[in-house]
Amino acid sequence: MDLLTLQEYWWFLVSVIGALFVFMTFVQGGQTLLYRLGHTEDERDLLINSLGRKWELTFTMLVMFGGALFAAFPLFYAVSFGGAYYVWMAILFCFIIQAVAYEYRKKADNLYGEKFYETLLYINGSLGIFLIGVALGTLFSGGNFVVNSSHLSHWTMQSYGLEALLNPFNIAFGLMLVFLSRMQAGLYFLNSLDAPAIIGRIKKVVTVNFIMFLVLFLFVLGTVLFSQGLVYDPTTGVVSVKSMKFLHSFLDMPLLLVLLVVGVVSLLWGVFIALIKNSDKAIWFTGFGVILTVTIVMLILGLDNSVYYPSLADMQSSLTIANSSGSHYTLSVMAVVSLLVPVVAGYIFFVWRSMDKTKLTIDEIKSDSHHY
Amino acid sequence: MEHTALLVDWSRAQFALTALYHWLFVPLTLGLTFIVAIMETIYVKTGDEKWKTITKYWMGLLAINFAIGLATGIIMEFEFGTNWSNYSWIVGDIFGAPLAIEGLMAFFMESTFFAVMFFGWNKVSKKMHLTSTWLVAIGSNLSALWILLANGWMQHPVGMHFNPDTARNEMQNFWEVVFNPNGVSKFLHTISSGYVLASLFVIGISAWYLLKKRDTEFARRSIIVASSFGLLASIYLITTGDESAHQVALSQPMKLAAMEGLYKGENRAGIVAVGLLNSSKQIGDDLDPFLAKIEIPDALSILGYHRLNAFVPGIDDLMNGNKKYNIIPISQKMQMGKIAVAALGAYKTYKKEHDMVHAQEALKTFEAHEKYMGYGYLKKPSDAVPSVALTFYSFHTMVSLGFWFLVLFIITLYYSMMNKVHTKRWIQYLALFTLPFGWVAQETGWITAEVGRQPWAIQDLLPVGMATSNVAATSVMITFWLFAILFTGLLIAEVKIMLKQIKVGPEGH
Repeated sequence: MDLLTLQEYWWFLVSVIGALFVFMTFVQGGQTLLYRLGHTEDERDLLINSLGRKWELTFTMLVMFGGALFAAFPLFYAVSFGGAYYVWMAILFCFIIQAVAYEYRKKADNLYGEKFYETLLYINGSLGIFLIGVALGTLFSGGNFVVNSSHLSHWTMQSYGLEALLNPFNIAFGLMLVFLSRMQAGLYFLNSLDAPAIIGRIKKVVTVNFIMFLVLFLFVLGTVLFSQGLVYDPTTGVVSVKSMKFLHSFLDMPLLLVLLVVGVVSLLWGVFIALIKNSDKAIWFTGFGVILTVTIVMLILGLDNSVYYPSLADMQSSLTIANSSGSHYTLSVMAVVSLLVPVVAGYIFFVWRSMDKTKLTIDEIKSDSHHY
Repeated sequence: MEHTALLVDWSRAQFALTALYHWLFVPLTLGLTFIVAIMETIYVKTGDEKWKTITKYWMGLLAINFAIGLATGIIMEFEFGTNWSNYSWIVGDIFGAPLAIEGLMAFFMESTFFAVMFFGWNKVSKKMHLTSTWLVAIGSNLSALWILLANGWMQHPVGMHFNPDTARNEMQNFWEVVFNPNGVSKFLHTISSGYVLASLFVIGISAWYLLKKRDTEFARRSIIVASSFGLLASIYLITTGDESAHQVALSQPMKLAAMEGLYKGENRAGIVAVGLLNSSKQIGDDLDPFLAKIEIPDALSILGYHRLNAFVPGIDDLMNGNKKYNIIPISQKMQMGKIAVAALGAYKTYKKEHDMVHAQEALKTFEAHEKYMGYGYLKKPSDAVPSVALTFYSFHTMVSLGFWFLVLFIITLYYSMMNKVHTKRWIQYLALFTLPFGWVAQETGWITAEVGRQPWAIQDLLPVGMATSNVAATSVMITFWLFAILFTGLLIAEVKIMLKQIKVGPEGH
């Protein structure tokens, strides 16, 4: 395979992993709904335990996203993580606190009390996802970095990434993910819980979060399609501005446009059958929709000579899949390693099915010696 | 881009803080996952419900430890980007691969089957559950494999070349990275140390029950499993420790000299078994480096180079050179390194101006001195010497404790086989008081490995001073203190919860 094909392949994989992560953030969404959906201690325990069987997968997906970026696009890793320092550090803080909160919340002598750990889960679910959304938003809106001729980089603002919070697009991106994760959480609970009282409260939560998500999604998508974007010349590497860049890219690659539409329709269908037909299978349709839509939106950033991380400080420092990737050899080796992906996906699917054969009930949790 | 000393120090401090906290939890997970897998296997083979209780009890403690290990682990990965962004570019082409493979091969296995191990007792078959427990153990150890291969590569970089156009090292041979002897020995030594710690953990806590005269049967059975496992692991640990030291001798002679407090190199060099360093000792002077010491003659030559008469260079030789043994002084390496750095800069400038003739000349000069490029970034020769006291004492603490653990396992196994371990209170006290030293050995091991290789982020190629991110030192200071507070707060909670669970005991399940 030539270098560009490998770069595109790896950008595709990064996009899929990113999309799977966004799908799995229903765990975080659920963490923000503990008191909204769970009115008694038993109900909250049930919610936590349902999420508790999945949270590590979300966490691993985030780690995998970072690992894949590091291996395939080390310059992004260096520029963004080392530059937008405060934002990434804040994200890390939000995820450190999640890992312990599940395990320690109900334990005797946990020092800070149950509420404290629930607050940590709430922060992870809200602020953590919001900040990840802001960081992803900057892939479109850009960051204040300069890359020198030795490919070493620095950030030009002392706020080290926090300035991204002043950009309405980034804010909308962050909030969009928060509402999406909450909506998805509702649909996940519909699928995994046998608890009529909780199920009865879900519809309203899904409706409200869906509407908020939809408004923000339309704003974000509209901005992406109709704003100017950056492109690079594949021969010289010179970066220039192009109006309605991503709209043109979609028109140049109609298959991606079709897949985007399929993704969005699948998501809408999922919400429809949940709200109108009371289906508990909605999460699979919305999940498929989310994975497909996010994959395509990420993918378009890397294809068609696009810039996937614009520099606001020096346009020519902007990152593209061509100027930021690993070497041909490393990408080839990693492409072979990626053949393991179906195996991993296979056993995750198998385990998910065997663990979720029956819906979770409060009685089951009470009878289990190990529970959160 | 050179960084201020303050930024470098704080970046190192933050990484050290994260690594040392992370390392409080991970080795226990590495070993305890295997111990519970062995216990569950006995349960499945014998059908004895008591073994199920024992397995579930240790699994409960494992879960408490696992969660905080995971929490501190995620930061390690991302800190390579946030705090070592120059490093991420300069060696990311090689270093990123094992990290990504770790995620794909190990983390998913761990996290997927972890859920079955803890919540699947009534959901899947006995065999499927047992398989899941083994897969968690294998997964966590696989994750150690990849991250330690990455670490081994930093200590002994192989399988790559420097590309002057991209100004980074690029992978040339994946298998050389995977089978890097330094990485392999580091992996084997480190995981076996985890098995030893987990065995000490099981024996120490079981001993507490015996001292309290409760849960005796549970404690006796646990001690038998952990003593057998611990004894085998200890023997392996010492063997791999020897191989690790051999690898250090070959690729990091300065680290070996610091580990042994050896200033003047010698043939038939001995190992200092116990020693008190002389704090007035300076490089190149004639003071004895030790105020007092007990030495095992010839041992360092034999262990380090596998030859009785081998010359082991000391800090003075490595610093000031030794013609007889073809050792170049650091100052000369620095000069050649500076030539390499300047030539690389010239090559880039000429290339930009399309002056290919001069560019090729500059490239030739660069290639002739490339081997020492890392030294070109050092400010003074003494920067190439790590902290001798910290390295020496850490190393000796680790080794002494390693041998003590072996003795302890022999004692506990012997008395367990004689069916007397529950009657000998001195053994129970010994086991209980040894437990904290398991962590001391772990941490001092890491300090030896990481402080001993300073100033190098990548041995001889990239000093830490060139590897950090270009952020303000105050930003790193702020996050350092936030991490310190958060980790400490979580650690206290973890210890409290763990102690409570131990007090509740296996019958509480």
